[in-house]
Amino acid sequence: MHTIVCLKVVPKSEEVTIDEETKTLDRSKARSEINPPDMNAVEMALKLKERHGGTVSLLAMGPPLFEPYLRLGLAMGADQAFLMSDRAFGGADTLATSFVLAEGIRAIGSFDLVLCGDESSDGATGQVPPGIAEWLGLPQVTYVRRIDVSDGSLRAHRELGAGSEVVEADLPSVVSVKHDVNEPRFMDTGRWDWAMNEAPVQIWSAADLEIDVEKAGVPGSPTAVAGVSVAKGADRRREFLSGSPEEIAAQLADKIRAWVKP
Amino acid sequence: MNESPYSPEEASGMWVYLEHRDGKLEGVSLELLGRSRELARETGESLTALLLGERVEPLAEEAIAAGADRVLVAEHALLGPYTTEPFTKVVAGLIAEQHPNTLLLGATTNGRDLAGRLAVRLRTGLTADCTDLRIDPQSGLLLGEVTGFGHGILATIECPVARPQMATVRPGVFPRPVADPAHSGEVERVDVTLSASDQPVRVVKQTSRRAFDVTQSERLVIGGRGMEGDFALLRRLAKAVHADVGATRVAVDQGWAREDRMIGQTGSVTRPKLAIICGASGAMQFTVGVKDSETIIAINSDPEAPIFEVADYCVAEDAFQVIPPLIEALRREPVEEKS
Repeated sequence: MHTIVCLKVVPKSEEVTIDEETKTLDRSKARSEINPPDMNAVEMALKLKERHGGTVSLLAMGPPLFEPYLRLGLAMGADQAFLMSDRAFGGADTLATSFVLAEGIRAIGSFDLVLCGDESSDGATGQVPPGIAEWLGLPQVTYVRRIDVSDGSLRAHRELGAGSEVVEADLPSVVSVKHDVNEPRFMDTGRWDWAMNEAPVQIWSAADLEIDVEKAGVPGSPTAVAGVSVAKGADRRREFLSGSPEEIAAQLADKIRAWVKP
Repeated sequence: MNESPYSPEEASGMWVYLEHRDGKLEGVSLELLGRSRELARETGESLTALLLGERVEPLAEEAIAAGADRVLVAEHALLGPYTTEPFTKVVAGLIAEQHPNTLLLGATTNGRDLAGRLAVRLRTGLTADCTDLRIDPQSGLLLGEVTGFGHGILATIECPVARPQMATVRPGVFPRPVADPAHSGEVERVDVTLSASDQPVRVVKQTSRRAFDVTQSERLVIGGRGMEGDFALLRRLAKAVHADVGATRVAVDQGWAREDRMIGQTGSVTRPKLAIICGASGAMQFTVGVKDSETIIAINSDPEAPIFEVADYCVAEDAFQVIPPLIEALRREPVEEKS
């Protein structure tokens, strides 16, 4: 069984600040990490490999400096990694991003399953997994908590806003994995040297895969940012209550009683 | 570029995709109809609602009362429980035939599943989880407002060339329109051609729960990461103030509260009269879901927490120290029930 896991490297959201002059996000001081739900997808892939054997491949899109993050995934237990890296891929919205990732998946070759995190912690659109599935013409199963694979088909538990459902589909399919559905394993120290030095990380440019750059990056992205603003803070009292916890509780109780009276 | 199948000049009409459950339209679908009615008035376009399902025609009336000028009804056995491909095929087919200018969907689990697939099939742009929708007075384009990260940045996204302009909107962002039984509209049944090969994903079991609609709560007690899983304490507080319990995304991800209680950009947008927010730091992805509450009390042990910037009354104390005496105080002199 060959599973391809798509990863995104994202800035740690709590370390991103606002550049007050340009009113834009300043990611320069933020460290990066593998998008948290993508880590759950890696864990799910490694569990499937333990049960059914086979190979786990990692695929990401981004600058060459993302390579070490792929190596972290290799140290967790993945077998090979691929990085779609080209200036022509930059500035992509979800249409262009899912196109480039789908091209990467095609280039990796035959596979049974594509796993993705359900959404990224920065863009948070959740649109890339369905996008990949559509570009590849494959079934999609999104927001999955659990997956079982047998005889060329999958059975997945989807979380819905009000309830859940179990679905079945033939392999290959594209599955998006909900955040926190499992505990991603630590890196295997025994794999460390191999993962950091010897493991294969293939870097592919647009030219390497003969990708139509008009469908990638900015030219391939139908959406554009029309404007950016800093959210207006609501006009709030911002009154700090002081005293012991009991005194604060008494003040709060008075205020709550005052508001909730008809 | 990714060529969309028709140009802005050929595009006309505002479309809303309706979701329904247990024979009723979802709240977010009504909210979208209400807002689209206003936007369609600005652009001078007609408002079309899409209703797909096994037997859904009776719901068309409710959509018309909420503002639709026309309801396209697609009924088929394979449109019973939602699955991606049959719904994508039917909606994409209608779009290819009728060239709408805009398509709006609720940002529910299945709404996002469908929107993401459709946008790529149509080679068009999709803006996720908008917290507002407007029409640019100059260009006439749909502008979708989204929050960028957790840090107070609002970005406006447009889709200048590709059509339809697509966006998803979270439940609660727009008010529910008051039903107008006098509003008239037409119901048009459309032909549906689907076969079993159009359904590669099959639903074998569905467990539905009555979803709790957190957007309708007048008072909310909301817990975040700092509650360390102790939602029982919050439920007791909620009981004492006749409130409902809400949760941040972290709290839901941790399994402390169910997904229908989730508030924020990923979740619902709420406007209660009173919100008591406990142990939430105040990332903007969360605060967009409470910022329009009438009164906000925030309890967080970190005095620097950004949640205090959106609060009326701020308690820089450990929630576990303050909530028990607060419940006691409220019990001694109970709060009156909502009238």
